[in-house]
Amino acid sequence: MTTLLIAEHSNGALSDQTAKALSAALQLGGSVDILVAGLGAATAATEAATLAGIARVLVADDAALRLAEPLSALVLSLAPGYTALVAPATSSGKNVMPRVAALLDVMQISEVSAVIDAKTFKRPIYAGSAFATVKSRDPVQVITVRTASFAAAPAGGSAPIETVQETATASPSRFVSAEVAQGDRPDLSAARIVVSGGRAFGSKEKFDELLVPLAEKLGAAIGASRAAVDAGYAANELQVGQTGRVVAPQLYVACGISGAIQHLAGIKDARVIVAINKDAEAPIFQIADYGLVGDVFELLPELTKAL
Amino acid sequence: MAGGKALVCVKRVVDPNVKVRVKADGTGVDLTNLKMTMNPFCEIALEEAIRLREAGGIEEVIAVSIGTAQAQDTLRTALAMGADRAIHIAAPAEVEPLAVAKLVKAVAVEEGVSLVLLGKQAIDDDSNQTGQMLAALLGWGQGTFASKVELSGNTVKVTREVDTGLEVLDLDLPAIITVDLRLNTPRFATLPNIMKAKKKPLAERKAEEFGIDLAPRLEVVKVEPPAERKAGVKVESVAALVQSLKSAGVI
Ligand SMILES: Cc1cc2nc3c(=O)[nH]c(=O)nc-3n(C[C@H](O)[C@H](O)[C@H](O)COP(=O)(O)OP(=O)(O)OC[C@H]3O[C@@H](n4cnc5c(N)ncnc54)[C@H](O)[C@@H]3O)c2cc1C
Ligand SMILES: Nc1ncnc2c1ncn2[C@@H]1O[C@H](COP(=O)(O)O)[C@@H](O)[C@H]1O
Repeated sequence: MTTLLIAEHSNGALSDQTAKALSAALQLGGSVDILVAGLGAATAATEAATLAGIARVLVADDAALRLAEPLSALVLSLAPGYTALVAPATSSGKNVMPRVAALLDVMQISEVSAVIDAKTFKRPIYAGSAFATVKSRDPVQVITVRTASFAAAPAGGSAPIETVQETATASPSRFVSAEVAQGDRPDLSAARIVVSGGRAFGSKEKFDELLVPLAEKLGAAIGASRAAVDAGYAANELQVGQTGRVVAPQLYVACGISGAIQHLAGIKDARVIVAINKDAEAPIFQIADYGLVGDVFELLPELTKAL
Repeated sequence: MAGGKALVCVKRVVDPNVKVRVKADGTGVDLTNLKMTMNPFCEIALEEAIRLREAGGIEEVIAVSIGTAQAQDTLRTALAMGADRAIHIAAPAEVEPLAVAKLVKAVAVEEGVSLVLLGKQAIDDDSNQTGQMLAALLGWGQGTFASKVELSGNTVKVTREVDTGLEVLDLDLPAIITVDLRLNTPRFATLPNIMKAKKKPLAERKAEEFGIDLAPRLEVVKVEPPAERKAGVKVESVAALVQSLKSAGVI
């Protein structure tokens, strides 16, 4: 049993999702190597080497590896040494791992929320309305990990770092540009507190005016419902839910969000959920630990002041 | 290459607005008598293909669905929305994404398409993998989670929704695109178009014809309902809320 974990990092900073996916990888039972690939990988690799439980760190510091085609080719070239290939279910992991699975002729097991044994996993289906336990019949397991379901593996290791050789391949895709969100707020996946807004806000101005001061007071990340993102109140990467981000903060504050099943799919692992909604019958109250019935335009400034 | 065919993969799934329940024996979810529909992401993929044809970048839109006979209902909807023709690949039951990708690959090659559009995710299995698998098997470029698609000559520019914001890629054609929610708002099929769709060609194929092993690679051991989160308490005021959160130790 040997596992290769694909690290998530951005420009040299290792994402906490890597440490969470490592916890899942370690539960498979074998030794775990980690591949850090892409721009700034060398810097992120030194951080990866300190995670407890990693046997070897493999580095490929090459900006071209931001693309799915060359990255999956690299992972595939390393695959013969491993019985499991694991990545966090981030937009990058989801982009790359199914390619690796297809080229190995195996099924990927997506968004694993629990490891039962080395070949058996639990995962949500139907927007989290059900959980399936599936057992793989394939010789190699390709897995993406729902990081909200796992605690981060601690630091405390000092694994050796090795550079891996890439074989240059012509990619049918080219990177043109990226629009990266301003990084003054904590990342959704790592934040201890998330405050989220829905359609109730009515405009981007109001969304920002009411939620940003509250988030600042709490040191919280900002999230949004699909309705709020579709209406342009919030950026796409802030969408929480079945088809957006899955979060697991200590505290999730849903403001003016009705609580559609697709939204709830992204917040069920939160420790404490607060709902603020003017409709006492809104479904969000059925899962909220603390509910406050009322108007966000009045209650949020009051809350920000009270903190 | 522009001006070629676009293949759109459409899956029949349970309506996203209905609540599904797990069967008492834990073998799966109970879909009996539930409203079924085209996977919302597939509607968006189809809409985009139709718009590309209307703008002259694509000549023909072909919808394909793999599944039981009822998949033909979904294909008729696709034809009513504006697909030119449809292909049903009959399969006994649920086919896994890997096998779907292999079947679609065969059709894409047979038809010589310049673009395949898929949903980013089917809202039943929530796999989010078929398009990426297809791209890998064909060796074509992939633009996943697309929120903007621009065809020009022999390439297609795809804006992608990623965890850090947006990313723009340029892909050689032929290419694979999986679509996200904000790419477009799909049109409704009008009654006259539903009538016309009955006369559009729908080819019936059988999965066996393709010589692809459909045996599932994942054995479903059991399916269970999620852990329930109990409703908590309603607090009367902001002050009471702050007090409760302090007691709970979260602020
Ligand atoms: C395929 C698919 C995927 C989807 N994926 C996601 C996803 O990932 N994430 C997601 O969030 N949704 C997703 N959705 C959409 C989901 O079904 C809901 O439509 C969406 O979550 C609703 O957003 P909302 O709660 O902000 O809006 P609404 O449902 O319109 O709710 C607004 C709420 O605000 C309250 N309100 C209004 N004014 C005030 C006020 N002044 N003060 C206090 N409360 C007020 C109302 O009582 C209401 O409860 C998906 C849907 C589909 C079909
Ligand atoms: N049985 C099927 N028939 C047609 N298209 C499918 C089928 N299964 C998956 N797809 C396509 O693949 C996309 C992603 O599905 P999935 O990888 O299962 O989440 C869907 O939105 C469809 O476009």
